[in-house]
Amino acid sequence: MSGTALWVAVLAASIGCYLLKLAGLSVPPSWVEQPWVARIVDFVPAALLGALVAVQAFTSGQQLVIDGRLAGLAVAAVALALRAPFIVVLVLAGAAGALVHVLWA
Amino acid sequence: MSSAVRSATVRDAIGLGLAVGLYGAAFGAAADAAGLNLWQTVTLSALMFTGASQFALVGVLGAGGSALAAVGSALLLGTRNTVYGVRLVPLLKPRGVLRRLGTAHWVIDETTALSIAAPDRGLARLAFLTGGGSIFLTWNLMTVVGALGAAALTGPALAALDAVVPAAFLALLWPRLRSGFPEAAVQRRVAAGGAVVALGLTPVVPAGVQVIAAVVAVALAGRPRPRQEVST
Repeated sequence: MSGTALWVAVLAASIGCYLLKLAGLSVPPSWVEQPWVARIVDFVPAALLGALVAVQAFTSGQQLVIDGRLAGLAVAAVALALRAPFIVVLVLAGAAGALVHVLWA
Repeated sequence: MSSAVRSATVRDAIGLGLAVGLYGAAFGAAADAAGLNLWQTVTLSALMFTGASQFALVGVLGAGGSALAAVGSALLLGTRNTVYGVRLVPLLKPRGVLRRLGTAHWVIDETTALSIAAPDRGLARLAFLTGGGSIFLTWNLMTVVGALGAAALTGPALAALDAVVPAAFLALLWPRLRSGFPEAAVQRRVAAGGAVVALGLTPVVPAGVQVIAAVVAVALAGRPRPRQEVST
């Protein structure tokens, strides 16, 4: 993707996200507090983040793959279940991924 | 309000700000891995300033997705900040256009949680400002550190970075799945559904589209429940 296209994506998404924040402070609460709207907004993050975890861990282009990222994800899940701080989770996941790379390379 | 309560509020807010802000390094590294240059990365942290959307944008771009799919994912994740804003208005009562424009920039998961948890309105404002300020500063600083650091990586360190990105998304998702979060079991079902939809579509749709399509998993949440107070 060209640098210009990247800049367009960066700026459009940034301005859009800012306007979504501003809308919350500006629109009548009744618009957002419709039961169906609230229901959807409550669950959109789980659906998208679940998808992003899967796509980042198990795909490469249009292929489904299993590699060192799976080890990193498993280690991260254990660390999160043990209530480790964010940074510790990421460092352990990275170490697991690097270890698999070294062992298999 | 007593000064002890005030300083406890400030301490908690700054503590959370520093802890969350460190995570900016992971974002900077992920953005570099996705092919964004330093200025694009820095612009996202300064201007978008909402972690999940920033990660989604660079995650979809890094997976080879189109700009449209990347922007769409970021905006879908950004809708929750609209709901946060609605909850914050009675607490913060931002008066005047300028104050409202400024307040909006810092409406994110963490500042909302801090403000709602504060015992009164004065402390809610204090928590919002100190928490927002410390997160904003640390997040932007660590974004630069992460982006510059990742650019210098090679070999096993690059494999480490590859493994950090999915772990970062899991860490963003995790608090919603933990018992104690409202309807955690339903959140887990929706998250698993989103993952299945995305993986199922990966071989057949252009990269990035599967992430947006995964939003259909929200249907697994079912009808709205009788009104109950949902905290963040």
